[in-house]
Amino acid sequence: MSVLNSEKLPPILKDSVITGLITLVLAVPIVGLPTINATEGLQIEPRWSVVIWMVSAVFLGRLVLNFWWHREQTSSSSTILLNTPFLQSLQQLLKFIIPIGVLFALILPTMPFASRYVMDVAILVITYIMLGWGLNIVVGLAGLLDLGYVAFYAIGAYSYALLANYFDWSFWICLPLAGVFAAISGILLGFPVLRLRGDYLAIVTLGFGEIIRVILLNWYEFTGGPDGISGIPRPSFFGLEFKRSSEGTFSSFFGLDYSSMHRIIFLYYLILALALLTNFITLRLRKLPVGRAWEALREDEIACRSLGINPTNTKLTAFAIGATFGGLAGSFFATRQGFISPESFTFIESAVILAIVVLGGMGSQIGVVLASVVLIGGTELFRELEEYRMLAFGALMVGIMVWKPRGLLAHREPTIRIKTEGSS
Amino acid sequence: MSTLLAVNHLTMRFGGLTAIDDVSFAAKNEEITAIIGPNGAGKTTVFNCLTGFYKPTVGELLLHEGALTHRLERLEDFVVAQKARVARTFQNIRLFPAMSVLENLLVAQHNKLMLASGWTIKGLLGLHSYKKEETQAIELAKYWLDKTNLTKRANDNASDLPYGDQRRLEIARAMCTDPRMLCLDEPAAGMNPKESAELNSLLQFIQNEHKIGVLLIEHDMSVVMEISDHIIVLDYGRKIAEGSPEQVRNDPAVIRAYLGEDEDEELPPEVAADLQRETSHG
Repeated sequence: MSVLNSEKLPPILKDSVITGLITLVLAVPIVGLPTINATEGLQIEPRWSVVIWMVSAVFLGRLVLNFWWHREQTSSSSTILLNTPFLQSLQQLLKFIIPIGVLFALILPTMPFASRYVMDVAILVITYIMLGWGLNIVVGLAGLLDLGYVAFYAIGAYSYALLANYFDWSFWICLPLAGVFAAISGILLGFPVLRLRGDYLAIVTLGFGEIIRVILLNWYEFTGGPDGISGIPRPSFFGLEFKRSSEGTFSSFFGLDYSSMHRIIFLYYLILALALLTNFITLRLRKLPVGRAWEALREDEIACRSLGINPTNTKLTAFAIGATFGGLAGSFFATRQGFISPESFTFIESAVILAIVVLGGMGSQIGVVLASVVLIGGTELFRELEEYRMLAFGALMVGIMVWKPRGLLAHREPTIRIKTEGSS
Repeated sequence: MSTLLAVNHLTMRFGGLTAIDDVSFAAKNEEITAIIGPNGAGKTTVFNCLTGFYKPTVGELLLHEGALTHRLERLEDFVVAQKARVARTFQNIRLFPAMSVLENLLVAQHNKLMLASGWTIKGLLGLHSYKKEETQAIELAKYWLDKTNLTKRANDNASDLPYGDQRRLEIARAMCTDPRMLCLDEPAAGMNPKESAELNSLLQFIQNEHKIGVLLIEHDMSVVMEISDHIIVLDYGRKIAEGSPEQVRNDPAVIRAYLGEDEDEELPPEVAADLQRETSHG
């Protein structure tokens, strides 16, 4: 900043002065002349000092920004040169971050700061990570923009709740069934939208999400409509329930004192296991022909057809597998909450999950984790800001898209490498 | 040489526009058949009909495989590639840009690998039989990388390759599908003379070593005249000439199609000389 051409100074000053003047014009009526309730009616009580503060703050801020923008060009080119090794070291770092992250997730419940609140937030974040990973198959890998992903989450949740309520089946039987139901609905959704791409596909999937929610809301005899379903059985630890009782419960079996945290920690490990399973299967699929075909389909459908790839099957498998993970997460959600209603499955949920995938970097598994922690954990952090929370959420998203338009981690590693002579 | 492809009375109409009007020709096995013609003559439309992307209005497209005959006009696009094994490249290159060069070649072997992975189930379990098949697929990819001079770029994204390399990669990808007929839509477009010469030798290698039929759309006469065994000339959707490079080069109808109808019904001497030099040069 110290090296600055003297001829650049006048335009910088001029720009800053104009910005200050605009602030002055705006601030005088808006900030400078507030009305107050006096005994004899509405009166104006000018606050010129505030106006002066604002104008000088804007002027100085603009000045600093201008100096920043008009730095010597050499400095900006050197940052580009610095960038590549910096990115490479970041890649190196990522290799360590993954095992450390998994390890941290595994020992989190034993940490001294792992209060009930922290565990609840952690469970929420991991649920969204799992949903993000599930949607990542459809959106990130197969490139099918799905705005109704929450429908599969709802189908999973209601599958478990209804099966448990009507037939009294255990969570461990209902969990795979919920996955199967979600997969079937994924295929049902897939068929009509096979020929659609991009915006059109997004609109139809959006409609599908709403259809499911409206059915749940209006089929009162079956789903309980807006009343939802309550009293959903909690999962058991291999038949041992988490209850305050002396016989056949988790705490009595292991000779522990009853604590409500046991169930929370169990739920935490349950969702962690489900999420890691999702990740493991996705990473495996990516390296298989079907995964490569998904990515190829995202890149160029016509080229895929010319190579003999059946686009129908490829899209349907993406929908079905993505939906399965959504269904599994939904059934976890139902057992955790103990109560579900259509309120939990509104469009905003789909939007948040999609935001996690897009902000994380389409197709990037670690990106989804980062984005979930930032978006879901972040909004929890900002809970004290109350109504400004959504503002912070929105600002965060805009910020990420401005500085990282392709997502937090947009780098794609090839699924397979061979040794080539003369290259690193 | 046996007939590989027979196109009979192919007609393609788009609403009122007749893009191809009653075109018939045959292409032989182990030969390079070129389709040439001015812009808008309907060459790419012929390709799109052959590869199932368009359904012809009239006509039959027969691909012979021993005693078996595939009726291409009745097959869906991906079935043409899968069952009749007709592979193609595109005029405006269609690679998978964000995937690596090697991945592009593995996607081309999708059907074979899908079968080996037991529709993903065996592959998901990491069974040995799939691993073996995948290794073979990589070997095939390496073979074509070597033939197209792309081995060094195997791990780079397809979009990072220079234009000429992308064209060759598209040919390598088509060859990885193990085709019976290869359709190339302007493979030499945007190539410099050196690259065109390399392309010539690559196509001749494919013709001689892999014993398949090659169908070629090309504007670059140095490619067409040098390597084609048989040339079909289209103009305004009609076939105006057919024959060996020698015959086509001297065909008055072809010269008229390329240079326009002259009012004196005769070419100006310097243009005729230019044309002569151009074509014999190639």
